Amino acid sequence: MLTAYLDTTQIDGRAVLARPNGYSSVTQTNKISDQTAFIIAVRDNRDRAAFAQLFDHFAPRLKGFMMRSGVGSGQAEEIVQEVMLTVWRKAEQFDPNRAQVSTWIYQIARNRKIDVIRKENRPVPEELAEDPANEPDAGQILAVEQEASQLRQALSRLKPDQREMIERAYMGDLSHQQISAQTGVPLGTIKSRIRLGLERLRHELKELR
Amino acid sequence: MSAITHHTPDSLIAAYASGNLSQPYSVVVAAHISLCLECRASYEAHQTVGGTFLETSETELVSEGLKAGLLDLLDEPFEAQKTYQRSGAYPGPVMEALKGKPPRWKRLGMGTRQSILSSGPDGSVRLLYIPPGQAVPDHSHNGLELTLVLQGSFHDETGRFEVGDIEIADQSLEHTPIAGMGAPCICLAATDTPLRFASLIPRLLQPILRI
Ligand SMILES: [Zn+2]
Repeated sequence: MLTAYLDTTQIDGRAVLARPNGYSSVTQTNKISDQTAFIIAVRDNRDRAAFAQLFDHFAPRLKGFMMRSGVGSGQAEEIVQEVMLTVWRKAEQFDPNRAQVSTWIYQIARNRKIDVIRKENRPVPEELAEDPANEPDAGQILAVEQEASQLRQALSRLKPDQREMIERAYMGDLSHQQISAQTGVPLGTIKSRIRLGLERLRHELKELR
Repeated sequence: MSAITHHTPDSLIAAYASGNLSQPYSVVVAAHISLCLECRASYEAHQTVGGTFLETSETELVSEGLKAGLLDLLDEPFEAQKTYQRSGAYPGPVMEALKGKPPRWKRLGMGTRQSILSSGPDGSVRLLYIPPGQAVPDHSHNGLELTLVLQGSFHDETGRFEVGDIEIADQSLEHTPIAGMGAPCICLAATDTPLRFASLIPRLLQPILRI
């Protein structure tokens, strides 16, 4: 159980509290997101109710993502189903100490989109060797979530047209010509933010090898 | 692993992470990330940008039956997708492009060999085998060339490239890469132009053959 890992942990001196519904929570200021708690419950307990919650949250987002690439509603839903099935089947590969669940699902969805829409087999990097101590670490999870929320803030502070261009590049409704003409500049503006995340990740990753 | 000094530029990692890099370049970038923790961290950071947009961008209502249909599938037996592991000098993405088999080398002359992994309208990606001290065959004079060292080393006017190092060359770079002494140099090379016949002939022979 997630709560079993977490309820004895202290974060910034605050005790982590277990919620009665079985998903964990901490005090209001330091709370692991529901999405993270759900995916850990899926990963460790094959929890269907938690999976259904993930579906409710991500399926409409994934469908929007797919339809931006020009596929119809029906095919988009087929891909959503495949992506969510992969989430269920590969949940043991999810490491909350390294990535947010939205990052992990984005990765699966993007690969599937390229396979289906571009009819290419997307080359993927080797998986890192399994971390033997791959247990959720509340402090580390919060650090990852904090990093992501700072990234979100950095993105929201961009000029609207810059933000839109980057969003279109990542969500896949920009033509290749538009990308080669546009991404260099706006992506540079969030580079420093990415670098910060990178530094932390690099330390994490070094310990894995 | 020796320290990698030539990395994939952030713009290429961003393009790869957002699914906007062509297949031939993606093989090289995926192979470099497999060998390089620094670029892996950068790749994961870029995917976090993608995840952030997935969270915040526009949603589409899904059909009523979609969730129930999916929940019914959860217990279906399935075959895990095959993943390719590193084998000798070849990282997972190269093994995948080789479909798990050793490369089928074709001679290019002067002891140099190549094995084409894929070639199409998006460009090509291939393995090159260059004996110590020999010139690395020219890829093309058009577009962008990505060259990743998998074994041995090469050097040119811009520096020395060892295992894990990636060279990014555009058409403005006039260079003559030479394989280092020691183990034969094996490189993974991608271009965005289809292979032309002339480009298969090693550079040293080109003046002789007047190509
Ligand atoms: Zn690198």
